[in-house]
Amino acid sequence: MTALPRALRSPGVARLGVILGLLAVWEIAARWLVDPLFLAPPSAVVMGLGRVIGTRGVPGALGITLYELAIAFALSVAIGLVVGLVVGLHNFSRRSFMPIILLLYGTPQVTVLPIFILYFGIGPASKIAFGVTHGMFPIIVTIAAGVQNIKPILLVSARSMGANSWQMLRYVVFPHMIPSFFTGMRLGMTGVLLGVLLAELYVSTAGIGYFTTLFTQNFDPTRLLGLIGMLAAMAIVLNEGVRRLETRYARWRD
Amino acid sequence: MRGEGPGNAGRAGSRAVQIGFVAAFLGLWYLATTRWGVSSILLPNPLNVARELGDILASGEFVADLRVTLTELFVAFAISAVSGVTLGYVISRTRYRIRVFDPLFSAIYAVPLILFLPLYILIFGLGPASKIALGASISFFPVVLSTIAGFGNVDRTLITAARSMGASDPQLFRFVLLPAALPVMLTGMRMGFTVALLSIIGSETLASLEGLGHRIVHLAEGMEMARMFAYIAFVVAIAALLNVVVSSLEARGRRSR
Repeated sequence: MTALPRALRSPGVARLGVILGLLAVWEIAARWLVDPLFLAPPSAVVMGLGRVIGTRGVPGALGITLYELAIAFALSVAIGLVVGLVVGLHNFSRRSFMPIILLLYGTPQVTVLPIFILYFGIGPASKIAFGVTHGMFPIIVTIAAGVQNIKPILLVSARSMGANSWQMLRYVVFPHMIPSFFTGMRLGMTGVLLGVLLAELYVSTAGIGYFTTLFTQNFDPTRLLGLIGMLAAMAIVLNEGVRRLETRYARWRD
Repeated sequence: MRGEGPGNAGRAGSRAVQIGFVAAFLGLWYLATTRWGVSSILLPNPLNVARELGDILASGEFVADLRVTLTELFVAFAISAVSGVTLGYVISRTRYRIRVFDPLFSAIYAVPLILFLPLYILIFGLGPASKIALGASISFFPVVLSTIAGFGNVDRTLITAARSMGASDPQLFRFVLLPAALPVMLTGMRMGFTVALLSIIGSETLASLEGLGHRIVHLAEGMEMARMFAYIAFVVAIAALLNVVVSSLEARGRRSR
């Protein structure tokens, strides 16, 4: 190791080396060791990306999934914000409803997925609904915890200086809520992605779930991996976006 | 926003609201199915659901599916716990390795790995193998990340002090590193267990031939709604029970150090 130049020893370069090594193992395994019906080499997957996009219906399916994610996320944030504020700011409702919310948050929701399909159909509505139930609980819990941690003295002094309820929300509660709001958004995004993708994979007529099933049943791992790769990239971009927002706004007071 | 103290009256009040909430929920459910003509395909009568649940428990029909699901869960968790702890410990030994691998694992952890289920089905088939493989992959990341965090953040002074008092490598591990890392590791293992359970029930729901998740889908497709609701209640209860057991094991592990 000592003979290597400094640049090569930096963790970033080494990490890249690990990734390239894993890709090489995958390439060799897929080319010579594993049946091509089950695994495609990464080079073929990358070359086949154009073919995936060219498959009739795939761009539309990606669009539908993105639309489901956006609506589900917006609804989760709206519901999470309102319920989180009410439950977090009001002592009685917190003690009454927080145990119920935590209980619901802790249940494995995937068991009720068939019920969602039954109630909301096999179209986008069931995916959005399932995404919302996965996304809203982490947001509620984080926001409730965030507003609960506001120092009582701030509320008392604002009140004693004659602030009305709206002014207290606007100038005391909201600024203090920002860090937990963005943390909640990040956790909510993880939940929404899980919920929407689970429902998509379960049953889908036009979304990406339809095509993952199609490619699996046709033993076409090249296109399957290409599609999964694109979705994973989409998930990474969405997650990274809210994470950046979180780190940007989390430390405003320091 | 009023600073009312959690007095006895307030606490009894919250308890009453909680009980009232559950009672109202059950009451509305019952009325919806009996009085307001909601189709029993959409919402079965709660009494029927209770009867079906009793039948499932009495007949022992659940045993085969429960055994499949629990076997998958324990094998998957054993794989991810052993590999995650081993790899995490090896990585945590030098700063350099932590800086190489920790961001890599965190990045993969942020991807919803359930996406890869079709690939796992393609490679491992519809049986338990694909569920075990997926469950192990998903739960590997919280375990390995928390092991790296646990062993990587041991206070340097403790290590130096133990060394200067002549501790051997095994002694250092047993009396300094392990006790310091254990709380973080246990939290990671609990999270790993929870996501393993979720992903196994999830993948059984999405594509499988047996197991509790599959049973629910099977009943849904057969429109046997009362029995399906009963199975959902059963699975939720099993999951809650497992979570309680794992949390108490975690708490005990913390105390014993």
